[in-house]
Amino acid sequence: MDATDFIWMGTKIFFLVAILLQVVPIMVWVERRGSALMQNRLGPNRVGPLGLLQSLADVVKFMWKEDPIPGHVFGGYYLLAPLISLVPAFMTFAVIPFAAPIVLEGRVFTFQVADLNVGLIYVLSLASLGVYGIIMAGWASRNKYAMLGSLRSSSQMISYELAMGFAIVGIVMLFSSVKLGEIAAQQGTLFAWGLPRWGIFLQPLGFLIFLVTIFAETNRLPFDLPEGESELVAGYHLEYGSMKFAMFMMAEYLNMLTASGMLVTLYLGGFQLFPGLPSLLSWIQQWYPSEILRVLFEMGSFGVKVAFVMWVFVWVRWTLPRFRYDQLMELGWKVLLPLSLVNVLVTAFFINCGWI
Amino acid sequence: MKMEKKIGIFSKILQETYVWEILRGLGITMKNLLFSRKVTIQYPEERRFYSDRYRGVHYIKATNGVENCTACMLCPTVCPAECIHIEAGEREDKEKYPVKFEVDVLRCCFCGMCEEACPKDAIKLSAIYEMSTSYRQVYDKSFLLEQRGGK
Repeated sequence: MDATDFIWMGTKIFFLVAILLQVVPIMVWVERRGSALMQNRLGPNRVGPLGLLQSLADVVKFMWKEDPIPGHVFGGYYLLAPLISLVPAFMTFAVIPFAAPIVLEGRVFTFQVADLNVGLIYVLSLASLGVYGIIMAGWASRNKYAMLGSLRSSSQMISYELAMGFAIVGIVMLFSSVKLGEIAAQQGTLFAWGLPRWGIFLQPLGFLIFLVTIFAETNRLPFDLPEGESELVAGYHLEYGSMKFAMFMMAEYLNMLTASGMLVTLYLGGFQLFPGLPSLLSWIQQWYPSEILRVLFEMGSFGVKVAFVMWVFVWVRWTLPRFRYDQLMELGWKVLLPLSLVNVLVTAFFINCGWI
Repeated sequence: MKMEKKIGIFSKILQETYVWEILRGLGITMKNLLFSRKVTIQYPEERRFYSDRYRGVHYIKATNGVENCTACMLCPTVCPAECIHIEAGEREDKEKYPVKFEVDVLRCCFCGMCEEACPKDAIKLSAIYEMSTSYRQVYDKSFLLEQRGGK
């Protein structure tokens, strides 16, 4: 590590954190406008063009609100809980690659903050760390409804983590690596019938299971059991107000973002270009023979894919009704877990026969 | 024959796992998002249409600048909310008139019975419905006389 590496690392971290922080207000806006349009309403359209500054106004409101701490809470844990749910959400994005490495003057520049050789396991462990914030919030609130919400949330996240882990095992077997950069790089070649070698085509069942489990992991509808106005008042963030509540909101949206990033990296080809784009790129590179252009194309592809998955989160939320709690558990333990095990077996069989 | 059976199993799986139904639902929400008519009324610029019979802010009709009211006390008598207070006086030409005419809008239930009871067509309810204030408003005579809305 010399100075250039440090500067490059710092730049990446700076830009990543800045982008992650920008995504939250934009996603809140997309969620509110999207839901409104689906319900034949217009949604926030007064503040700024198309209501884009509404989230900014909300942030200002959150910052200037009085921040009372209820008298009956466990002070330390109560204050720690929003941080603990927010920080892992930021940290997970460190291993997700958003472009292939570039070589400039004999030096390799990677486009992910850290290409850990245990990338996938790091992501899984951090994802389960996010549960602690929710448990802490519920426990420290000393409120039975918050407690029930956090209990629900933690049991839901832990049961769906199993199915998620087994769904990922299929991918690990296929690409024989847990380095996310390598997994994404291996998806660049072509598969049978001219399809790209993306995870979704090799592991359709695994993709479906992973998609369902990330909905449960991020506590989004149709699995938003931790929050329930009618039975739990609000959920684990019942006793939180102003900026602390906003931090839980941010954690939810950042979790969505990392989950989409993971889905894209594992199953939708990561930073690999869309079919057809490579020829366009090489056509442009006749005049601009530059590697930077390739990086930009790859970043654009990654961004478009992530944005689409984020939109699917919003889209599904306003389409499907909620599950009942027993239905949720039944789906997790009796359907998704056996299916993911079957997926592992079938993948092993296919790999053994040399078909994929 | 074999082919048909395969399709049957495939469609059964789609049906049992609700995948197809979920996709159809997503299609419906997307259709709503893109093509449906939005029902929102952009309030300060756009207004909902109310009929002429709407009962809003009170006003007193006047002819040639003199209020029609003769302080006959029919409206405070009929008022179920007891929100109208009139003090009668005498004019130069021996005609009775209201010295004080107050409507306590906070008590008013906008039933319109004062309007029906009035023999002189003096008290009326206009179609104006924006009457929010930051204090406890009591409409006095001068306010009521500003011919609000020509119902």
